[in-house]
Amino acid sequence: MDERTIVDARGLSCPQPAFMTKKALDEAGSGCVQVLVDNAASRDNVSRLVTKTGWRVTVEEQDGGVFCLICEK
Amino acid sequence: MRPLSALLVSRWGPILTGALIGVLAAVLVKLGNPGNMGICVACFSRDIAGALGLHRAEVVQYIRPEIVGFVLGAVIAALAFGEFRPRAGSAPVIRFLLGGFSVVGALIFLGCPWRAYLRLSGGDLNAIPGILGLIGGILLGLVFLRRGFSLGRNHPVPAPVGWVMPVLALGQLALVMFAPQFGKDAEGNPVGPVFFSKTGPGSQHAPLLISLAVGIIVGFLAQRSRFCTVGAIRDAVLLKDSHLLNGVVALVFAALVANLALGQFKLGFEDQPVAHAQSLWNFAGMVLSGLAFTLAGGCPGRQIFLSGEGDSDAAIFSIGMVVGAGFAHNFSLASSPAGASPFAAMAVLLGLAFCCVVGLTMRE
Repeated sequence: MDERTIVDARGLSCPQPAFMTKKALDEAGSGCVQVLVDNAASRDNVSRLVTKTGWRVTVEEQDGGVFCLICEK
Repeated sequence: MRPLSALLVSRWGPILTGALIGVLAAVLVKLGNPGNMGICVACFSRDIAGALGLHRAEVVQYIRPEIVGFVLGAVIAALAFGEFRPRAGSAPVIRFLLGGFSVVGALIFLGCPWRAYLRLSGGDLNAIPGILGLIGGILLGLVFLRRGFSLGRNHPVPAPVGWVMPVLALGQLALVMFAPQFGKDAEGNPVGPVFFSKTGPGSQHAPLLISLAVGIIVGFLAQRSRFCTVGAIRDAVLLKDSHLLNGVVALVFAALVANLALGQFKLGFEDQPVAHAQSLWNFAGMVLSGLAFTLAGGCPGRQIFLSGEGDSDAAIFSIGMVVGAGFAHNFSLASSPAGASPFAAMAVLLGLAFCCVVGLTMRE
């Protein structure tokens, strides 16, 4: 079973991508959370937040300017 | 360019940007901008509205090149770093009204959040109730956010949509440089189409090219570093993240040092430039302003920088600021150095009511 949580924050304004991510990480506690954003500012904001909360993050660039941030703990 | 880019997206980005804004704003005042008004997006929206005849308050008419520079600097940065992405579709008409109300609130205080911090750095203690009001408005916005408020998603759109704001900025630059005039009326008053104050804050400005250059530099740095005076407080409270707040702190300190060095510091409540000492209205106006900015996702500067990146929802908000400033003067909602207008209470209540309805009802 795929235990990944997916947060789709594409097209949303500050602070929603970071706020939605924070909620998802807090709820998950550990595991794998994938966050989708479609702009560099959100990518940077979410990466910074994730790193600060002790999760590891890798960023994959997808088609159409979408970034998938894979957060793992 | 790469080292600069890396620096601007690092933790030093907002700090460098804020410090430079603080210094450059103080220099603009020294070179002719009104007191403690090196940069004020609300005041400058008002001046642009006046220059274009959207209101007829003769003392505040001038197309501020700083705002033009903000858009152009942001476009240049967005193109240089591959971040120019035309997008639209997130409740634009709501954002237009939020822009209008944000400036109505700011013109009761006589400054946007940028000017609130610059006024503080100039010794104007009336900025304190203003900043407290700003914080209050942001906190109220966060209540709505936590309850699920959202203006909805934007989506990619064809390029022309994203280029409207940069082209409008260039158009405004042409208007202020070439100053078309259709003559005078029977009483000898200019009839426009572009107006220029002869007295008052609208007549006080740094040389055009310097204002433009400062705007471009700030727009460039702020686009890349995501500098935002509302995000500074919002993120510190909501996400316990001081990344943007560091930038605001840097702005205040840098402007303070620059003002002291330039002999522009005057501590107190009374007789401050383009300011009044009615703390209740300074507070209340900024509550409205702070709430409107929070619901729209960023401070007035950030909205303009986003519009330079192709975000047409932010562009609509920015246009709403200019139109709102026009209404604020035509309906006598704006304050003067003598204090708030008799209609300030109505304006604040109407604005807060609108923002609260939006905050409570808008979901994704």
